[in-house]
Amino acid sequence: MEKIKLTIDGMAITADRGKTILEAALDNGIYIPHLCHHQDLAPAAVCRVCLVEVEGRGHTISCRTPVEEGLTISTESDHLNKIRRIPVELIFANHDTDCIACTRNNNCQLQRVASYLGLERDSMDRMRMGNIEKPIDTSNPFFDRNPNRCIYCGICIRTCDEIQNINAIDFASRGYKMTVSTFGDNPIADSRCESCGECVVRCPVGALSPKTTMEPSRSVKSVCTYCGVGCGVELGVRGNSVVSVEGDRDNAVNHGSLCVKGRYGFEFINHRERIRKPLIKKNGKFEESTWDEALDLVAKKFREYGKEKVAVFSSAKCSNEDNYVIQKFTRAVLGTNSIDHCARL
Amino acid sequence: MLAIGTNTTKAHPVIALQLKAASRNGTRLIVANPKEIVLSRHAEIVMQQKPGTDVVLLMAMMKVIVDENLQDQQFINERTENFDEFKKSLNTFGIEYAEKITGVPGETIIEAARTFATTKPASIFYAMGITQHSHGTDNVIAVSNLALLTGNIGKPGTGVNPLRGQNNVQGACDMGALPNVYTGYQRVDNPDVKKKFETAWGVELNGKNGLTHTEIFDDAYNGKIKAIYMVGENPILSEANAHHVREAIEKLGFFVAQDIFMTETSILADVILPGASFAEKDGTVTNTERRVQRMHRAIKPVGDSKPDWWIAAEIAKRMGGKGFEYAGAEEIFSEITSLTPSYQGISYGRLEHGGLQWPCPTTEHPGTPILHTEKFPREGGKGKFMPLVYRESAELADKDYPLILTTDRSLYHYHTSTMTRKVEGLELLDSEELLIINPEDAGKYGISSGDMVVITSRRGDVRSKAKVSGECPPGVISMTFHFAETPTNDITNPALDPVAKIPETKVSAVKIRKVV
Repeated sequence: MEKIKLTIDGMAITADRGKTILEAALDNGIYIPHLCHHQDLAPAAVCRVCLVEVEGRGHTISCRTPVEEGLTISTESDHLNKIRRIPVELIFANHDTDCIACTRNNNCQLQRVASYLGLERDSMDRMRMGNIEKPIDTSNPFFDRNPNRCIYCGICIRTCDEIQNINAIDFASRGYKMTVSTFGDNPIADSRCESCGECVVRCPVGALSPKTTMEPSRSVKSVCTYCGVGCGVELGVRGNSVVSVEGDRDNAVNHGSLCVKGRYGFEFINHRERIRKPLIKKNGKFEESTWDEALDLVAKKFREYGKEKVAVFSSAKCSNEDNYVIQKFTRAVLGTNSIDHCARL
Repeated sequence: MLAIGTNTTKAHPVIALQLKAASRNGTRLIVANPKEIVLSRHAEIVMQQKPGTDVVLLMAMMKVIVDENLQDQQFINERTENFDEFKKSLNTFGIEYAEKITGVPGETIIEAARTFATTKPASIFYAMGITQHSHGTDNVIAVSNLALLTGNIGKPGTGVNPLRGQNNVQGACDMGALPNVYTGYQRVDNPDVKKKFETAWGVELNGKNGLTHTEIFDDAYNGKIKAIYMVGENPILSEANAHHVREAIEKLGFFVAQDIFMTETSILADVILPGASFAEKDGTVTNTERRVQRMHRAIKPVGDSKPDWWIAAEIAKRMGGKGFEYAGAEEIFSEITSLTPSYQGISYGRLEHGGLQWPCPTTEHPGTPILHTEKFPREGGKGKFMPLVYRESAELADKDYPLILTTDRSLYHYHTSTMTRKVEGLELLDSEELLIINPEDAGKYGISSGDMVVITSRRGDVRSKAKVSGECPPGVISMTFHFAETPTNDITNPALDPVAKIPETKVSAVKIRKVV
């Protein structure tokens, strides 16, 4: 990859050709305020917050301008901040500012931009025209859509289009009434949305939030247990429960993407109906037993029936190690090759 | 790209993302599926062949390619054999004949053939829509012939890509959970292999192939098999003609089920052993592209449940088995790699840096993303063209059973839904079976969306709510098999492919009536 040399705020920077000024800055640890940029998506340049000053060119949208050899860029000036403040004040003109009640409190791009620009209460309220309470769409079982927290960055819309190719949502209406809507303005559950949650993951604010928002205390890498694609997952764990699943961006298979089952289908793990003890049927009813009792009974019965009378089904849901030991047991101990699994079903 | 017999957005959603992205970036996509599927929207050419006519469709495409001299002759000369025999077998697959049998307009087949042959590289994706037929092996051979004919194998962007269903179906096969092979497809009837495993395991082994899935149930039914040890499976919902499975299990002297939940099958057991779920286990799984990846234990086993390997090893030890004293999953994996050439170079240490695709014969080997780059694993190393004839599905529509039932899957559920129906949100998004029926057929039977319908085959009947939709063409209805309330596989056809022993769940003749 060809390297480009440029200067940002007096610092010499190198960046790959094709990167934008915003990406080059962020990659080099320089924050330029931004709202509509997302690393997985094509630049939209709709929020106008990432404005910078390019020597000899004047004000430039950094998320849409590719780096060029020898550019000299300034990311900070009173004038730049004055211009940046206007679109942000317009967002606050109809934004729910009860941050403590928001799932994205302390992890919110709007908070970050507002604090970078030093926005205070009166500038947040400067353009407010009363409160327009828009209804919250709670129709999806996994996430809510709260338009009162939306910043109109379009990241959800572009995710659904560019990454998912589903196009379940788009902007509708204008001005204060502008909103992210489905076809016919139906609840999201009645749209063509597939509940993959990719938009929820990318929403920079609290407009899209998962219904269960338990923060995990640690995260463990594994592989999704559903289909044969083998997506890398990060299981969010709290105590002895799995409370969230995220796509593993480092995984070469899915690069962070997940489907609805992979992202939201984890409730079975700690489900109350899990079988927790060995069970032995006595007089037509299952009774809990110890492992010793159950295993001794199984071993005794298999020994009684002997070779060629016992067959084994292993499982395509189990690990390689499980399958290896089960087939070894079948062949080396039961003395038969009658082992199969559900590969054909 | 040709996607045939795969409803990818439903069954392999994240691979579907990549297919859709490729199509958006200008890759030409051909979709062949009896149903109009979501992927069809992204395709340049869509063919809706009648269920069970894939051999005719593919052979007709190949006849067009050969007639118009669009084949990759250099690849055929250098890398393949038996082309002339194969070429002769194309003669019966004229375009009018293909149009009549498949229901796909002749000009569409011609266009698809030309597009596929002249756009390089080209890859083929398929799933159970190709394999779950009494001639499933023929279907796969037809796919392989097409790849050989156009030189689309062994190079980036090409290949015959079966999309595997379960998270570790590839690994279960690799590990020898099959009646004819040990790990890495080493044959049980090969005396050298037998000796190798006898030495490694310190026991005398059986050199005779075992019984397959469906044969085990047949023998249980006939009284030859008396006991079954079943791990993580629910055949009462997944096996074709599931009545037969239930009767077979009821005839057993002893039935052990090992599972994480009570299922329609495990409830019949004499003993249930609680297994641990994937989140509670260390181990590896192998995905559809042969990529071995590491699962890390996130939580301790729920309740008194145990990893499945531990349970099998405990039974083995109690029956006098030697060599089952494993301290953990890594020790088992080392034993696997020592006995399996294709896994030999893989270790837990290496997997911490990402998955590895087998064959990976040495610890320095980077893994093998593409197979057959220089030769094929046959004597002489050539890919063999296989002549084919069209064999009809075991059941065709007739006056008693005038409709064809094919099975499909939902995005929101997985297989028999043992796990997904425990997730409240998934259950809310998709809570019941919906029989998909074309408006024309629906009109004929007076059925509207939401009506209850009885679907009857030669094996029994099930009830389902109907959804009237153009997804299915006239004459074809489709159902999933996710819902115990509508056990679709009670009525599907257990006719087996003679080689692969896979049941024909994709084509069953049925009749329907509205419940009034």
